[in-house]
Amino acid sequence: MTPPIPHIVTPIRTLLIANRGEIARRIMRSAHAMGIICVAVYSDADADSPHVAEADLAVRLVGFSPADTYLRIDLILDAASRCSADAVHPGYGFLSESGPAARAVNGAGLVWVGPSADAIDAMGSKVGSKELMRTAGVPTLPSITVIGDVVPTGEEVDSLGWPLLVKASAGGGGRGMRIVPGPEDLAEALSGARREARSAFGDDTVFLERYVKDPRHIEVQVLADRYGDTVALFERECSIQRRHQKIIEEAPSPVVTAELRARLTEAALSASRAVGYENAGTVEFVLDEHGDPYFLEMNTRLQVEHPVTEAITGLDLVRLQLLIASGAALPPEVHAAVDAGPVGHAIEARLYAEDPASGWLPSTGTLHSFEIPIGGPQSGVRIESGVELGSVVSPHYDPMLAKVIVHAPTRDEATSTLAATLDGSRIHGVATNRDLLVRTLRHAGFRRGDTDTGFIDRVGLGNLAEPLADRAATERHALAAALGAQAQRRSQARVQPHIPTGFRNSPSALQVSTFDSHHGVVAVGYRFDRFDRSGQRLDQVEIDGTPVDVRVVSAEPGMVALTVENITRRYRLERVGRTTYVDGSDGSSVLVEHERFPIPGSQVAPGSSLAPMPGGVVRVAVAVGDEVEPGQLLVVLEAMKMEHAIHASAAGTVSEVDVSVGDQVETGQVLVVMMVTMVMEDSES
Amino acid sequence: MPTLPTTVDVTSDSYRANRAALEAAVALVDEQLALARAGGGERYVARHRERGKLPARERIELLLDRDTAFLELCPLAGWGSQFAVGASSITGIGVVEGIECFISANDPTVRGGAMNPFTFKKGARGSDIALANRLPTINLVESGGADLPSQAELFIPGGRAFRDLTRQSAATLPTVALVFGNSTAGGAYVPGMSDYIVMIEERSKVFLGGPPLVKMATGEESNDEELGGASMHARVSGLADALAVDEPDAIRLGRQIVSRLNWRKRGAGPSQPADPPVHDPDELLGIASADPKVPFDPREVLARVVDGSRFDEFKPLYGASLVTGWGSIHGYPVGILANHRGVLFSQEAHKATQFIQLANQIDVPLIFLQNTTGYMVGKEYEQAGIIKHGAQMINAVSNSSVPHLTVNIGASYGAGNYGMCGRAYDPRFLFAWPNARSAVMGPAQLAGVLSIVGRQSAAAKGVPFDEEADVAMREMVEAQIEAESLPLFLTARLYDDGIIDPRDTRTVLGMCLSVIDNQPITGTRGYGVFRM
Repeated sequence: MTPPIPHIVTPIRTLLIANRGEIARRIMRSAHAMGIICVAVYSDADADSPHVAEADLAVRLVGFSPADTYLRIDLILDAASRCSADAVHPGYGFLSESGPAARAVNGAGLVWVGPSADAIDAMGSKVGSKELMRTAGVPTLPSITVIGDVVPTGEEVDSLGWPLLVKASAGGGGRGMRIVPGPEDLAEALSGARREARSAFGDDTVFLERYVKDPRHIEVQVLADRYGDTVALFERECSIQRRHQKIIEEAPSPVVTAELRARLTEAALSASRAVGYENAGTVEFVLDEHGDPYFLEMNTRLQVEHPVTEAITGLDLVRLQLLIASGAALPPEVHAAVDAGPVGHAIEARLYAEDPASGWLPSTGTLHSFEIPIGGPQSGVRIESGVELGSVVSPHYDPMLAKVIVHAPTRDEATSTLAATLDGSRIHGVATNRDLLVRTLRHAGFRRGDTDTGFIDRVGLGNLAEPLADRAATERHALAAALGAQAQRRSQARVQPHIPTGFRNSPSALQVSTFDSHHGVVAVGYRFDRFDRSGQRLDQVEIDGTPVDVRVVSAEPGMVALTVENITRRYRLERVGRTTYVDGSDGSSVLVEHERFPIPGSQVAPGSSLAPMPGGVVRVAVAVGDEVEPGQLLVVLEAMKMEHAIHASAAGTVSEVDVSVGDQVETGQVLVVMMVTMVMEDSES
Repeated sequence: MPTLPTTVDVTSDSYRANRAALEAAVALVDEQLALARAGGGERYVARHRERGKLPARERIELLLDRDTAFLELCPLAGWGSQFAVGASSITGIGVVEGIECFISANDPTVRGGAMNPFTFKKGARGSDIALANRLPTINLVESGGADLPSQAELFIPGGRAFRDLTRQSAATLPTVALVFGNSTAGGAYVPGMSDYIVMIEERSKVFLGGPPLVKMATGEESNDEELGGASMHARVSGLADALAVDEPDAIRLGRQIVSRLNWRKRGAGPSQPADPPVHDPDELLGIASADPKVPFDPREVLARVVDGSRFDEFKPLYGASLVTGWGSIHGYPVGILANHRGVLFSQEAHKATQFIQLANQIDVPLIFLQNTTGYMVGKEYEQAGIIKHGAQMINAVSNSSVPHLTVNIGASYGAGNYGMCGRAYDPRFLFAWPNARSAVMGPAQLAGVLSIVGRQSAAAKGVPFDEEADVAMREMVEAQIEAESLPLFLTARLYDDGIIDPRDTRTVLGMCLSVIDNQPITGTRGYGVFRM
């Protein structure tokens, strides 16, 4: 029997958190509870962020882009040294899976809260890690590496199972990747993939792998101390994804049986041990249509969705990370949690500042409201957010606003509570995926557990992204917005403050408010009857010229209650300039009121192409005088690490180019103006 | 302060009968208001819209601050005459950029907005209101000029319109003209005399003489644009201060001008809580008597008009046929005189005289609720000096310099009309309820007096009295006087500023008091208050 390794524990006194947003706050919360001094770092865009305000010390990183700030290990180490930090927690993203960063931190004599640099490197290589796992007996999808012009054939290929996926060995992000339906398509797919791989990565090595259509994404949380004690804290299912980005995660998975859980645990432990893993990590698997798991990759860091595991185990994973990093062995409660098994069910939804309906475009702006109803102490609702009321959501970083996690005895209860919590949220100033999350959580398929990665495509983005407020609800919202604004104007009246609103001794036209909404233009006309002791009565209401039977229960600037068709609903209102945000039990609307007196000439010139989102101009493809065809590229914007091409909507001649490469533009800014040519019918046909 | 109680029984027969009669009277007025609002009728309004123009009322709606009130004045001017009811114009007081303004608009759908004698009277009344209450004026101009067939009644007195505009300007009351269309010949002086002029590109036309007249006068060839186009006036003559691209733009520019008038109300402002009455104003319809011969307690009216139904009665035990006392409406303190049992005796005259002096001493406006058949006649009263006492009251009313507001809530006959601040005594505003009557005396009394005088005359001449003819004459005279004492007849002739729904009394008086508050109040000084 080998003698036990002596446990040398060096408590962390000052922790630098090399991250931002909700995860920085999350780490700080646990660290503060452990009596650790927290050092934040922040880019110029984040100077007013909550994670800065909540830190004991905060160090500015000059610049905006991640490359200039949060990804600069030299600046991070300098900040750590100046603040006498003895450990660095990388959070997730940024430097969290960088072997060199971990090495640099250790080299500077500091503790890296995470696995060893070697483990990070070992798991960082797509092909290498798979080989490693295969050797360690972890199930992986069968694959063949193809070097040069060879087209592999016969049994070798057939044994992989059709269809196949051909992938660039060096690549990522889907470039050089294609699906091969059958043997007859293989040669062409290989040559195409190789060509793309060569041009993108300078390496035309590709590999063939069995293609699993719409798999489930299952992952296992592991924890390991440096003394060889490794545990698996059950699985999470993260199959609801948009563009390979998880948006809803839960634990346990509705399809994982005890038998499968045992297989997953075994595989995860083998994977971790194969690389001598220490600290918290996640082994990701795809689950094919037969329910068989295959190793996908290992994330050598804390995951965004770690709170669902915390919920079902009762553990604080950040605390455990810090303990492990300080040299402690896994404490007994970890083993107790493993023995107890998953408790209840937890679901997390990621609330993003993005517009699902317009291609998930990130949305930026100031949060005029940010309220997520957390409920009472027994509600099981947990909110992790990096923003608060008044925060500015900038285009520089990930647009996640918050994670909302619900823990309940059953999956159904957790799902219902999460949907209701999101539905009751008031988030104003940016577009969000809130309604899509609510529709997903309330979808019968989701409730049944039919949650593979094809869910959103199968149900249809159009259906899921449809706002919760239908046209009729939006009309009620417009009426509430009009009456609330009316109440505000009356409350601010400089003269005749108590005279009944809109009084006429010979009543003619109605008071009119016209709004742009998701459902198009809504015109509201209203007139109040003379006051009587029962309060204000509406004499007449019209929506788009049609009389509506409405009773006003109350109309105040921030709250309007209406009875329509004998149903009374209360609406909360917030006005910011011409925009009114309306939240009710029948959904939310963002209503932009038409100017009563538009200033002539302030409208956008016809033929103008506008920036669809804020970003930097990376390419201007046309010049003044150019003849352009419909669909021709005009300008390319870069935002959120993605390129957005702006194309001509009609044929014409470019009369104005208002931007140049390097400019930062705001949403709605004019980029290019064209004289649109009338398209004539072909007279010879 | 005591709160007025009520004894109104909404289930009583008299309440129901009153309510039915008042509802019918209100409906009759509403019908005429609807007619006035229709302007020149569907066809002309449609044609107006086809030309891309807004009807006059929509121009006003767009000019006003949203959700503020508009008190239309004399809306039924010209009723029953050869001219369209409303007199082809709309006048009233509304709030623009937080400022109470007198607003006047031609209605171009009524005979091209041509001005008739009633239009002129309505405009003149507006000038009086603007001057008396210190209001800026906004004219929304589009008129074909004078209604030529009635020029004899119009041309010579009509010059007053232009004189008034510049007198308002001299009195530091800014005048703004927004010219929506034609404003030619004499009409050109409406913008011409205004402090600020906005014209609309290709719409406004302002000249003294059009191309045909110029050709006749001097032989010169010219066109509309050269003579009076908006662009010419904005760029060449300088008559226009601002050039708008369309009607909403002209209204926007008009509002912009008003927002820069550096306007401050000079009154003391409201000083009392403005809580609504505790009794329901809706019940006023059942309180006002359907039969003018049946008096009703004005305290029941006040209980539905004054703030919180709070009323401090002055001299309740003396001259009880007239109720006097203090209260407030929309926070403005007021003194109120209201007839109770119709007749004014010496005691009532004394009480009124003293009360009017008290209001002047403390600079508080007075409200007169008329429901009077006049001063008492008869040997006993004449010998007791009813003429002297009535004269004292009329003297006090005439020389009182606090603002007066008069509402005829039932009857206003004889010299009672004078003592209770009738039209000739220049109340700042005068309104009538639809049940109200006003004449020198009641129709039956007047016919009877004529009959007696006729009988005496026959006897003096020694001729036989024609009894049959007398009956016919009495019927005819009674019918004529009854018709001439009706509110529509009187409002048509601008003997009031409009007929109001009794339920709107508090609102209308509240607006008037706020309007009055643009001007500081100074009561008549000179003597101490005479104890009467």
